[in-house]
Amino acid sequence: MVAPNNLVYDRPEGFTDTPTHYCPGCTHGVAHRLIAEVLEEMNIIPRTIGVAPVGCSVFAYNYFDTDFVEAPHGRAPAMATGIKRVLPDRIVFTYQGDGDLASIGMGEIVHAAARGENITVVFINNANYGMTGGQMAPTTLPGMKTTSSPNGRDVETQGYPIKMAEMLSTLDGVGYCVRRSLHDPKNIRLAKKAIRTAFETQARGLGFSMVELLSTCPTNWGMTPVNALKFVEEHMVPAFPLGDYKVAASVAQIKV
Amino acid sequence: MPKELWKGNEAIAEAAVRAGLQAYFGYPITPQTEILEYLSRRMPELGRAFVQAESELGAINMVYGAACTGARVMSTSSSPGVSLMMEGLSYIAGTEVPAVLVNVMRGGPGLGNIAPAQSDYNQAVHGGGHGDYPRIVLAPSSVQEAIDLMGLSFDLAEKYRMICMVILDGSIGQMMEPAEMPEMKPITERKFDWNTDGAINRERRILSSIYIDPPAEEVANFRLAKRWQEVQANEVRYKEYFLDDAEFVIVGFGTAGRVALSAVRAARAEGIKVGLLRPITVSPYPYEVIDQLAGRVSAFLVTEMNMGQMFDDVRLAVRGRVPVEFYGRTGGVVPFPDEILAEIHRIAAGQWSVDRDPRDSWQTRMASVIER
Amino acid sequence: MQKEILIAGFGGQGVLFAGQVLAYAAMDSGKIVTWIPSYGPEMRGGTANCTVVVADEEIGSPLVKNPPAVIALNLPSFDKYEDLVQPGGVLIVNQSMVDRTAKRTDITTIFVPGNEVAEETGDRRLLNMVMVGALLAAYPILSLDEAKAALKAHLPAKHQKLIPNNYAAMDKGYAHAKAQMEKVAA
Repeated sequence: MVAPNNLVYDRPEGFTDTPTHYCPGCTHGVAHRLIAEVLEEMNIIPRTIGVAPVGCSVFAYNYFDTDFVEAPHGRAPAMATGIKRVLPDRIVFTYQGDGDLASIGMGEIVHAAARGENITVVFINNANYGMTGGQMAPTTLPGMKTTSSPNGRDVETQGYPIKMAEMLSTLDGVGYCVRRSLHDPKNIRLAKKAIRTAFETQARGLGFSMVELLSTCPTNWGMTPVNALKFVEEHMVPAFPLGDYKVAASVAQIKV
Repeated sequence: MPKELWKGNEAIAEAAVRAGLQAYFGYPITPQTEILEYLSRRMPELGRAFVQAESELGAINMVYGAACTGARVMSTSSSPGVSLMMEGLSYIAGTEVPAVLVNVMRGGPGLGNIAPAQSDYNQAVHGGGHGDYPRIVLAPSSVQEAIDLMGLSFDLAEKYRMICMVILDGSIGQMMEPAEMPEMKPITERKFDWNTDGAINRERRILSSIYIDPPAEEVANFRLAKRWQEVQANEVRYKEYFLDDAEFVIVGFGTAGRVALSAVRAARAEGIKVGLLRPITVSPYPYEVIDQLAGRVSAFLVTEMNMGQMFDDVRLAVRGRVPVEFYGRTGGVVPFPDEILAEIHRIAAGQWSVDRDPRDSWQTRMASVIER
Repeated sequence: MQKEILIAGFGGQGVLFAGQVLAYAAMDSGKIVTWIPSYGPEMRGGTANCTVVVADEEIGSPLVKNPPAVIALNLPSFDKYEDLVQPGGVLIVNQSMVDRTAKRTDITTIFVPGNEVAEETGDRRLLNMVMVGALLAAYPILSLDEAKAALKAHLPAKHQKLIPNNYAAMDKGYAHAKAQMEKVAA
């Protein structure tokens, strides 16, 4: 038994006891944990309602100890809008991948942001459709091989990656919009701080908030977890620069 | 309350408000836009939620989210917009949350036109979204009935945790009739044993349409089906006209039903013993009353503003015992009573389709009628 | 009892409102009524028509192929509906907008120079009320007083100042039609 005074690492209260189904080395688990810690630290677990997407994180509702609903593919921001408009004093967040948010759900995310919906979006960018087996996503890097771009993404016929954080930051309804990465401890700490700021933005009614997280997909990328982290650092970060794309003046005053 | 002259679309909007509508999500589309416009003013003045969504997809998923909280929620649209909502409807059904959707139907398929039609009957009653799911579908034929059915739609949706659609055509949406509004229902606290409104002082809840384990999905589908049996047993509604001594019977819903009423009255004035059955719930369908009628009348005539969709349900109830004839107008054309009276004369003279799908015979008869 | 009135003209001639005045009057006098517009995709300027059905029992069809009474506010409406009026029916024509006389002899056709009468009364937008007055002279399903009372009861407060002119327009239309009918009878 670990004595309470020696306990340095435990499951946050925001989590249930259910072990996650994610592949070894996948950073979904890290992103989940950061959210669970923030919910606990802000003491908002009972009044939070999560919206799960379609994709690898479709079962996210099993892991967070909050009320949860499960959206159709891409529609999480619309569902979150419906919930938040009826229950404005609850904390509502969506957790979405790149296929969900940046492809099929592009309309929903852009308009939720434009309306300044007081919701928080955690956006996992791992450059492919994980659940269906690694097809090309809107965020797949040029030249990157996937099961539906077997010769590498050819920008002539398959277009260019979409930079969601940059795009959404142009909208006036957005209070907080940043990109972080989960490839090393330092960046994970920065990611957590951003997630906290995003939830604080919502709690203060300061508008739409989104944290884009660069993530790994070792299984579909065909890499070891360590190499996948390196791939994020060496290839994803240059293509999707980390940074604060929109921090409203009111949000900048939040100290976390 | 005294009667006032209400436009169908606005009456639907106000009736929903008075039934306790807490949130409305919609997208402009003719011929139902007055509902959205009316609620864009009315809902905020009552401190209730109104969002003009980015699309019908957005709207129905906002409905889905709000429905999960237990709120009384509605969207309204017209045929092409409702097609776009089918994804959300299936999810709402699979998640077993209550929601109301009004379809003010227009001529189709495709972009079609904005004139009155009933061509989404099959989509509403028999299909639409994917998967096995039942849904309640109400079909008003007047402004007053639309008001009354709006109140009922929320009660039924909530009682059976099911989608309740209200289908009407553009003519009812656009017409004005004297009607009485119900009193405003107070908005009560929405506490159920299923809604996800935040796990405050209770165990957390999940609302989802996922049953990744096929046997679990099968159990869920049987649960929906069992609930549907209850709906079928308790919620069938229809209106009878001149059926007591009828020798043959017209079946029509909504506007086609009321147009037939004019024809039936004209025929009665000529001494022809024809009656009218107007289904008010088209899902659950009044199979039983048609079954009973089939045992004592000599023929049926189905009138619709489509190519013969409800026709199949009437035939299912009649089970070949007597002829079932069809007369419809489609593409946004509303029949005049004279056309149906001519059909009554034909049937009264014993001329009905033999050995052919009655819809084929109808198409042959229409060759001289339809404008080219 | 069931009676139908069809009013047709250009958008902007007050077609729909004329029908609504009749519908309100019918409602206020305890009758059952349906008012239905025919609508096109355009917002303004196209043809407009509406049908008012007045009855003392549940109304069936909101539309009728051969109405017993028609108001035609322009030539296309005159051309279209002259053929469709029920035999023995009434057709009120806005003479200001047509350049021909009646073809049918089995219906009562009354010509009222609606635009001129409206302008004399103070506003060409009173055309619709002139024609409603004329209709009620020839087709008295409601009294002129019932129509006037309905207008007063249902016109929004900000428009109540227009009541005297509207009444005058109705009276003039009514008188025009009466005079013509007496001429025909004599």
